[in-house]
Amino acid sequence: MAECGASGSGSSGDSLDKSITLPPDEIFRNLENAKRFAIDIGGSLTKLAYYSTVQHKVARVRSFDHSGKDTGQEHEPPYEVSVQEEVTARLHFVKFENTYIEACLDFIKAHLVNTETKVIQATGGGAYKFQDLIEEKLQLKVHREDVLSCLIKGCNFVLRNIPQEAFVCQGDADAEFRFHSHPHGFPYLLVSIGSGVSIVKVEAEDRFEWIGGSSIGGGTFWGLGALLTRTKKFDELLQLASQGQHANVDMLVRDVYGGAHQTLGLSGDLIASSFGKSATADKEFSKEDVAKSLLHMISNDVGQLACLHARLHGLDRVYFGGFFIRGHPVTMRTITHSINFFSKGEVQALFLRHEGYLGAIGAFLKGAEQDNPNQYSWGENYAGSSGLRSASPGLGPTQRARSGTFDLLEMDRLERPLVDLPLLLDPASYVPDTVDLTDDALARKYWLTCFEEALDGVVKRAVASQPEALDAAERAEKFRQKYRDKLQVLRLQPFAYGSLTVRSLLDTREHCLNEFNFPDPYCKVKQRENGVALRGFQSVVRALDALGWEERQLALAKGLLAGNVFDWGAKAVADVLESDPHFGFEEAKRKLQERPWLVDSYDEWLQRLKGPPHKCALIFADNSGIDLILGVFPFVRELLFRGTEVILACNSGPALNDVTHSESLLVAERIAAMDPLVRTALREEKLLLVQTGSSSPCLDLSRLDKGLAALVRERGADLVVIEGMGRAVHTNYHAALRCESLKLAVLKNAWLAARLGGQLFSVIFKYEVPAQ
Amino acid sequence: MGTGRLGAPMERHGRAADASASSAGEPAPGGPEGRRREPLRRRASSASAPAVEAAAEGVRRVRPGSYSGPASVSRQRVESLRKKRPLFPWFGLDIGGTLVKLVYFEPKDITAEEEEEEVESLKSIRKYLTSNVAYGSTGIRDVHLELKDLTLCGRKGNLHFIRFPTHDMPAFIQMGRDKNFSSLHTVFCATGGGAYKFEQDFLTIGDLQLCKLDELDCLIKGILYIDSVGFNGRSQCYYFENPADAEKCQKLPFDLKNPYPLLLVNIGSGVSILAVYSKDNYKRVTGTSLGGGTFFGLCCLLTGCTTFEEALEMASRGDSTKVDKLVRDIYGGDYERFGLPGWAVASSFGNMMSKEKREAVTKEDLARATLITITNNIGSIARMCALNENINQVVFVGNFLRINTIAMRLLAYALDYWSKGQLKALFSEHEGYFGAVGALLELLKIP
Repeated sequence: MAECGASGSGSSGDSLDKSITLPPDEIFRNLENAKRFAIDIGGSLTKLAYYSTVQHKVARVRSFDHSGKDTGQEHEPPYEVSVQEEVTARLHFVKFENTYIEACLDFIKAHLVNTETKVIQATGGGAYKFQDLIEEKLQLKVHREDVLSCLIKGCNFVLRNIPQEAFVCQGDADAEFRFHSHPHGFPYLLVSIGSGVSIVKVEAEDRFEWIGGSSIGGGTFWGLGALLTRTKKFDELLQLASQGQHANVDMLVRDVYGGAHQTLGLSGDLIASSFGKSATADKEFSKEDVAKSLLHMISNDVGQLACLHARLHGLDRVYFGGFFIRGHPVTMRTITHSINFFSKGEVQALFLRHEGYLGAIGAFLKGAEQDNPNQYSWGENYAGSSGLRSASPGLGPTQRARSGTFDLLEMDRLERPLVDLPLLLDPASYVPDTVDLTDDALARKYWLTCFEEALDGVVKRAVASQPEALDAAERAEKFRQKYRDKLQVLRLQPFAYGSLTVRSLLDTREHCLNEFNFPDPYCKVKQRENGVALRGFQSVVRALDALGWEERQLALAKGLLAGNVFDWGAKAVADVLESDPHFGFEEAKRKLQERPWLVDSYDEWLQRLKGPPHKCALIFADNSGIDLILGVFPFVRELLFRGTEVILACNSGPALNDVTHSESLLVAERIAAMDPLVRTALREEKLLLVQTGSSSPCLDLSRLDKGLAALVRERGADLVVIEGMGRAVHTNYHAALRCESLKLAVLKNAWLAARLGGQLFSVIFKYEVPAQ
Repeated sequence: MGTGRLGAPMERHGRAADASASSAGEPAPGGPEGRRREPLRRRASSASAPAVEAAAEGVRRVRPGSYSGPASVSRQRVESLRKKRPLFPWFGLDIGGTLVKLVYFEPKDITAEEEEEEVESLKSIRKYLTSNVAYGSTGIRDVHLELKDLTLCGRKGNLHFIRFPTHDMPAFIQMGRDKNFSSLHTVFCATGGGAYKFEQDFLTIGDLQLCKLDELDCLIKGILYIDSVGFNGRSQCYYFENPADAEKCQKLPFDLKNPYPLLLVNIGSGVSILAVYSKDNYKRVTGTSLGGGTFFGLCCLLTGCTTFEEALEMASRGDSTKVDKLVRDIYGGDYERFGLPGWAVASSFGNMMSKEKREAVTKEDLARATLITITNNIGSIARMCALNENINQVVFVGNFLRINTIAMRLLAYALDYWSKGQLKALFSEHEGYFGAVGALLELLKIP
């Protein structure tokens, strides 16, 4: 912890809070490499954006240099693993209260090593007010950017790069959010409720039109609210509102019609005249009731105007932003009700998880145009981001204090742009995840506990993976702390990072491991297992080749499934593998459920194999070692033999013991040396090894490497094989494709198996043919 | 101030499914989605209008022929009119959320014979209403609105316009009891939400059966009728030329000879917006709860004023730019990128976020800002509706506009400015009385 205020300047006489303590580990990270600053200063919050490069360790694999050496030693690993430094780009966004601005600027100046940066992009109303302070403190020239165009740039950026950015608000008791996986598409309406209201039609990435506005907005709530209740702070006004009864102040339909509204089919609760009772009754009104009435009045009015504009322009999606909305469940709820009421359900009110950052993101993008950040895909880093901490007035004081001080968003630049798999039947309705844990409280409880209980093992594995590193134990402890905190946040606010899913829990864990420089805890395990499996490859292939055609097909299928048992991510398996180092392919086959399997369309698959060969198969591989080498490769070989081209897609980055693309290249090379069929296929490009663009144990078919998508199109892939629990059960179990698909997995989790009506090591063999 | 259209069908049968919503939505938990439907374009039909209550029988028997002048009417026809006319007194009542509007037809062609026959209670009502301009402490007759020498159902007379606060309704009913109204076997045609709310009180206290009528039917009927008879030889409908210019601003008559289509904005306590395509073809487009009641209610809270007149008087002396944040306060001038003029309000009450500015404003400034806020908002919603409905003449009525030139001129200016001259704001002399007039016409079965 650094005492930020200690380096405070001599200026005084303002109300800025210089005494806060900034934990630099957490808040302004990577300032040493920071460049391109942007700042968005609103009425009460400042949002700072900067670009930095993050250096972290990655495990690299490469072939041994065999020249002049006698190869083929029995226990030599198949390739070497080395740890290297890698530099990746990251966007940092920090949100804090305006009172801390001076302290924060001092802190940044003190830690900013880079001097190339000359300007800072600034937007928001406070950009004027604080211009001199910023220029003086940071020695950067302030370059002011238009508020609305920043907002829209930021909005397009988050919608494109964060899959579960947008959500609808439903229900009244709790803030119940439902996330939209694929909300993006032009045109849409953006309604920004700041002190006033701006209504913008966004037609394309860089094309938008201001179509209207209203002066009744957040400033009206705040200003009028302050006059009416003598409560000065916006948050306090909202708090009052959430406790009030507006029916004491508003004239309702039932007040005008008496009890007759029921027989007339009218809702007596509808407001006939806002503040109508304060005109007729000669009495005092409570602050709470007045604030509530004001909130309804403003939310209804904005909602009505938004609907009128949406209708005029034929739009059915309205995104809401601005400080009036900013994470406040109470305003999101009233706005949603208003939109539903005035549009009769035809228009959808949508909110954004990173709404508060839009201006800062947009301003940053404007300043970074020469780096062209929009040509890359970016991914939210769960380890470095606070997530949606609702600023609900109902939260406890400690949570409020936390959420009120600093909020972070970090986005990593991904190596390659990500796109939809062209074979998705309906990209717009595709949802990768099978179970939404945000909805399913029982499953949520199970998985959160499951991940928490697995934490010891992960920490142990992480430490063991870096025997030379002296600080491994310390970093692993920090990892444990961080991930446990994340799980705790998710217990309280499952929607913090979008829909809570097994995938998001797994991805969060990977992000946290990376954060503490454990990029690939399983690299050594994978290396050893690949070596072992490679040594068994030829005998497995010989045995398969000796079988008759029909027997061989079943053996290949079982081989794929048995291989999939080798999953260090599954606790049941990890326990076996830890305790029995000789547990092998044959043992795994014996563990498998006997046919008929839990989901068994093998007969249909076999029937299909009797027909003409597929043109091209796209296979998403899962684990390293036996899974890939003794399960997948023999299957690939059979496909090639049939005349089917194969695209073998592996992860770009490490996750658990999943095979990475670079590992798959080395493994393929070794197999090619043993097997002429594979050798020829590689040479003739009938077998292609590509990367998915992902580093997740799960699979999002709407965010895949652009090169993979191009290849799928070029080769006319007509079969997709998805293997493993993470990719075929936790995700994509219900994914509908435009071509045939095989979804294969062994259920290595008893709870999940029971939920699906099976038991541990039950088999999913799902062959699907799209309806004509 | 009158109430806004609170959106109810009046018959329990017939258009029973019609459940037009009220002025605004209360997004309360578990809000009744199912009831939030808007009716399809409604066909108002006077034939189906009353027919609910037993009391309506009397109305049915008397079938009026025409309200046009009797000059061409044959003797026989006059006779038939005489038979079918309802008995005096002729009232039309519109009971809103804030104000009750009463129109009373005073026959001036009473023959000596009739005078003799006239029962005492009827005579006393006539004398009481026509010889006073104020009733009790709150009832007021708008003498300047009186329509003289009107012929209704073959009778010549004057139409009087009277209003009193809805909270004095019990006193009114009590008066009806004291004056023995029920002995007259008259029918009270009433519209507005209060027709429902007070129906039971009329019956139990006053022994009077109300004939409840659809608010929107009455409103439209009333407007069309009043426009057709004019205003004692002058035009009923008017508009403002140069509304933004205090010196050049002129109120000019407007000939509503091509009334359709018409956007009708009724600003009472709340606001109803109707699209009118013909005499009996209209639909309710939308409404807002930010209406006259909101202006007055907020003014009471902010300034401690007690009457609408007082609120308006304060507003006339205030300066809203001290309270509101204007575009120029933010951008230093016009926001050219979006064509926003510097004088436009960016945030109503936006300056009141600042403690110093809160301390620097007067009650008058606050009243003015409230008036400007509510008026601009109504103008903005009306303009959007006009665009959506593809209608370019907008008639603003309702008691919010009574003695409220500031609001009318602002509406006229805002509509013209933001529509770039495409929309015309029209006003009508009898502002808030159309519902009551419509109720009277229903009594007389005038189509």
